[in-house]
Parts: sequence; C-alpha cells; structure tokens
Amino acid sequence: MNDQRTPLLSVRDLKTYFFQDEGTVKAVDGASFDVARGQTLGIVGESGCGKSVTARSILRIVEAPGRIVGGQILWYDAKGQPTDLTQLDPDGHQMRSLRGREIGLIFQEPMTSFSPVHTVGNQIIEAIRLHMGVSKAEARRRAIEALRQVGIPQPERRIDDYAFQLSGGLRQRAMIAVALSCDPRLLIADEPTTALDVTTQAQILDLLRELQQQRGMAIMLITHNLGVVAEMCDDVVVMYLGRVVEVGSVDAIFHQAKHPYTRALLRSIPAITTPPRVKLHTITGSIPHPYNRPSGCPFHPRCPERLRGLCEVAEPALRAVGNGQSVSCFLYENRA
Amino acid sequence: MLAYILRRLILALITVIAISILSFVIIQLPPGDFITSYIASMSAGGGTVSEAEVEALREQYGLDQPITVQYLKWVSQIVQGNFGMALEWNRPVKDVIGDRLTLTVIISLAAVIFTWAVALPIGIYSAVKRYSIGDYIFTFIGFIGLAIPGFMLALIVLYVGFRYFNANVGGLFSPEYAEAPWSWAKFQDLLAHLPIPAVVLGLSGTAQMIRIMRSNLLDELRKPYVMTARARGLTEMRVILKYPVRVAMNPFISTIGYLLPYIVSGSIIVSLVLSLPTVGPLLLKALIAQDMFLAGTIILLLGVMTVIGTFISDLLLMWVDPRIRLERR
Repeated sequence: MNDQRTPLLSVRDLKTYFFQDEGTVKAVDGASFDVARGQTLGIVGESGCGKSVTARSILRIVEAPGRIVGGQILWYDAKGQPTDLTQLDPDGHQMRSLRGREIGLIFQEPMTSFSPVHTVGNQIIEAIRLHMGVSKAEARRRAIEALRQVGIPQPERRIDDYAFQLSGGLRQRAMIAVALSCDPRLLIADEPTTALDVTTQAQILDLLRELQQQRGMAIMLITHNLGVVAEMCDDVVVMYLGRVVEVGSVDAIFHQAKHPYTRALLRSIPAITTPPRVKLHTITGSIPHPYNRPSGCPFHPRCPERLRGLCEVAEPALRAVGNGQSVSCFLYENRA
Repeated sequence: MLAYILRRLILALITVIAISILSFVIIQLPPGDFITSYIASMSAGGGTVSEAEVEALREQYGLDQPITVQYLKWVSQIVQGNFGMALEWNRPVKDVIGDRLTLTVIISLAAVIFTWAVALPIGIYSAVKRYSIGDYIFTFIGFIGLAIPGFMLALIVLYVGFRYFNANVGGLFSPEYAEAPWSWAKFQDLLAHLPIPAVVLGLSGTAQMIRIMRSNLLDELRKPYVMTARARGLTEMRVILKYPVRVAMNPFISTIGYLLPYIVSGSIIVSLVLSLPTVGPLLLKALIAQDMFLAGTIILLLGVMTVIGTFISDLLLMWVDPRIRLERR
C-alpha cells in the first residue's frame, strides 16, 4: 500500500528562469505536482507555458542561460528514499545514472532527435553499454530486442540504419526504443506525437500504453492536445505561464474543471457534434510576452471571471478543492 | 556509390583540361612574350640583342607559331612528362620546381596541422562557453590574427628573432644544409625551421577557422539530438565531442582541396620576407619574366592539386557523412 501512495517524482515549487540580456524569463515559476508510480500524468498548456522546461529541469538538462533557481525535485528510489535532483551536479555521476537509466526522454521531432551521422543502433547501444555494463555483443542483442519490442520490423537490419532512412512513425518508435532500452521507471514524453500523422499518432500512443502496462513505468506526457490527454492520462496538470493552475484526475479535469483557464481550454476543442461553419471558441487575448508578465494572477487579463481589485494585485495559491483536485484561483478561495 | 565516384572522376578530368587551357591563355595575356622581356632586361643592363638572335630564340622556343599550336605542343609534351624549359633558368622546368614543390607541400601541411590543432579546440571551447570571458578573449585575439597581414607578422617575427634571440629565423634550412643533398640531418634541420613559417602562414586561417567552428557548432548545439544524447546520461564532454562536433567538422573536410593553392597564392609575400624556398616566389618571378613554361606549369600543377584535393575531400565526406553516402541517385 505504502508503495502505491508514495509518488515516484514530486516537484515542489520549481522555479527555472532564463537570464537573458533583455531580461529574465520565468519559464517555470513555482510549479508543483506529483508523478505517481506506474501512472500517466499529463501536462497540458499552450506553447511557452513551461511544459518542456519543466521536463528538462527534471532531467537537469536545462541549457544556459536557463537555471533552476528554486524549489525541489524529489526522486523516490525503489526503496522510497527521496533524492532532491536540484541539489545534484548535472554532469555528476549520480544525476547521469538517473538520466537514461531511470528516466527516459522522448521528443517531439524524431528526425532531429537522432544524430544525422550515427546509426540508430549506435545510439541505443551507447545507452545500454553506459548504464548496464554489458559487452558490446550483448548490448547489440538487447538493442535489437528493444527495437523489436517497439514494433520495428526486421530489427536486425534496421539497427544499422540511420534515422533519415526510417519513416516518421518508425523513427518515433526507434526513439522510444532508445528511451526504454534501460527499462526506466519514468518516461518523459515531450509532445511525442505532434509531428506525426493521425494514424501513426494513434499507433504510437497504443504502443506507449502497451509498454507501460508491461513494465509498470510511469509516464509524464507533455502535450497541448487534450484529446491525447483524455485517452492516455490518469491525472492532469494544467500549466499557464510557468505556473500550475489546476491539478486533478482526468475525469475531474474534463467534467468538473474549476479554473477559468482550464474551462476555456476545454471549450476551444471542436467536438464532432459542433455544427459546421460555426466559429470555434477561442481564449480572448494572447499569451503575454515573457518579459512582461501580468501582475497578480497571470491569467487575469484574459479571464472572463476575474474579480476586480483582487486578481490583478494578488496571486492565488494552489489549494485543494476536494477529490484530489487543486486549483489556484480566487473564485474558490472562500469555499476551501 | 560507384556512380558517384565515377561522376566525380570524369568531372575532375574535364576540370583539369579546362585549367590547362586557362592557365596557358592567362600567361599569354600580357603583351609581349619572354623574348621581349628578355630584350628589355638586356638593354636595361646596357647590352644589346641582334635581330637575328631574337628570331633564333623565337624559333627555338616555338614562340613564332600560333597560340593553338603552342598550346597543343605544350600539352602533348606534358602528357609525356616533359614540362619544357624554364627559359630564364635555362634548365628543365621539372628540375626548377621539383624540390620547391615538395617543400611547399610540407610547409602547407605544417601550417594546416597548426591551424587545425589550435583552431578546433578553441572553436569548440568558444561555442560551448559562449559569451564567457574565455570566449571574448579568444574572439579578440582571433580578430587580431585575422586583421594582421601575414607579411607584417613575418617581419615582426624576423625582427624579434634577430633583435632578442640573435637568431636568423628566415629560410627553411641552416646555411650548411641549404644546398646539401637530402639526409636525415637535413630533414631534422627542416623540422627545426618549420614551426615559424607554419605559424605565420597558418595564423589568419586559424582565426578564420575558430570563427567558422564556433558558429557551426553553435548551430549544432541547438539541435534536439544533442539534448537526447544528454538525456541518455553521457557526460557533457562525450555528448559534445561525439555528436555536434562531429557534425560541425564536416564543412571543414570540404575545404581540404583549397588548402594548397590558398597557402601558395596567399603566401608569396610572406615567403619572400621569410625567404622560404617555396613555389610562391618562383611563380611571381616567372610571371614577371613572362617565363610561360615555368609559370604555366606552376599554375597547372596548383590547379591539378586543387582538383585532386577536392576529389579526396569528396571521398572523405562520403565516408564520414552517411547522408551523402546513402543518397540515392
């Protein structure tokens, strides 16, 4: 039971800022959420809301001039002992033995995620040899096995192909094979299907779910596609401008969304029952410029339900509203 | 892949023929010929040349025939390995060029090795640590290296060597070896003299290459495959050297073909200042004297070497870059 309750990863008030000449971009500004063991957590939000930077912060591969300036990233090992990843040396042995071994990463663009001058196999074998300490021949055998598991036909031959020789779908499968080659406990999938056509998207999502069931790994799925979230996730984190505005189970988010931003996001999905030639619902205004964040609640300039005199001055905190659901909005302050 | 090599070979051959025509035409372009400049230099020295003597010389060297005939004669001789006479030296062109060409190649190689050995690590450092103090310092030095003309640097080196170290840094050999036949001792003497001309000749190329390497690598460092390599848990050093550096190097391989003519034509003044026995000064003298066989042979050889160099760099690129190798045609 205890094993079920302790999370695998717990992000607490994470702040990752980019220090540029023009000013500081607060890409992630106080995000908190948990990833449960063996479950799928969806992280949704518009472009530039800090989803990807959160993922890179967890792996400690945020590039300069970006830096984690605050908060904790607690990683719970198999015995349930937490390690704060923000305290580790990003290039040190401990962090590197997590990267690729315990936490796998797949990216949006499978073409450019592979080196153009190394074979797919070279990059899988590299990861296996690095973390598993096996011989070259054994690593190659495991790499072929990994390619077979993600449904790549003729893996013995494909292993010596370059990424540009594979089709988009096979490339993303190969990417998954690299990420899962060392049997990680957490897979971070950053927009894994965005660059693929709809049929291939569905296949890749099916594959991820299947592999998750076989291995019992947790998935952190970063996407702006709410359809994918509904299909894949157990829990959902909604981010806006580097902050978590709402957290809840997938049912709660889709059926009882609390935050005006989440509700606006859901309204903007076209349904199959939507009559044709009707203007799609959009969120008014646009995402503020990163150097020019609004005061108070970051969403207040676009919010249809803002409370004058409150939302533009004070920042709401994330608070529980029951049922495992939390929201950061003054509309719910009194009731909580 | 074979078709690719074959196509390159045929193109190379056509290029060589075009170069031979061009180099012959170019040396014919200035008014007059070797005889007129011979007469000029004779009368400048107070001597005279009789009309009959001039005609005899013209006939002897075939200068009285139409240009197409001269070209065909020249080419057919070259194909047989006879590059003609260096008129001014009154010796076969082959003998005049021989040693100098070898030495030119050696100096070029030394300059290139210096350039790569210095520029690549600095370029990588500057890209990885962009906008750091070290990057600014190297950028500053790099631009100075780019801005200082080679002959100026050569003069400074000569002056400093003479004034403070009482050493004569010119030339490629100590006086006792200059005319000596090749031996192990002479070779060692050459090695000892090599660094200074290599550095002087290589410096502007080094500065340039640092800039190119830096910007190439900066482009590559932004690509997702670098991040996925990091996410696999490799050390940062290994990530950078194995992936983006490897890709950023490719453009340099394609420049191998131009190194030799670049060094030769860019170094004539430096070679004169440092009194290096290379082909550069020889070419200059031959052009002034309108010694068309000598000048023509040098230009032709440089052209051919560029073509061969380009061919080799094409093969190398094909070897290191699978995108070229596996291109289906």
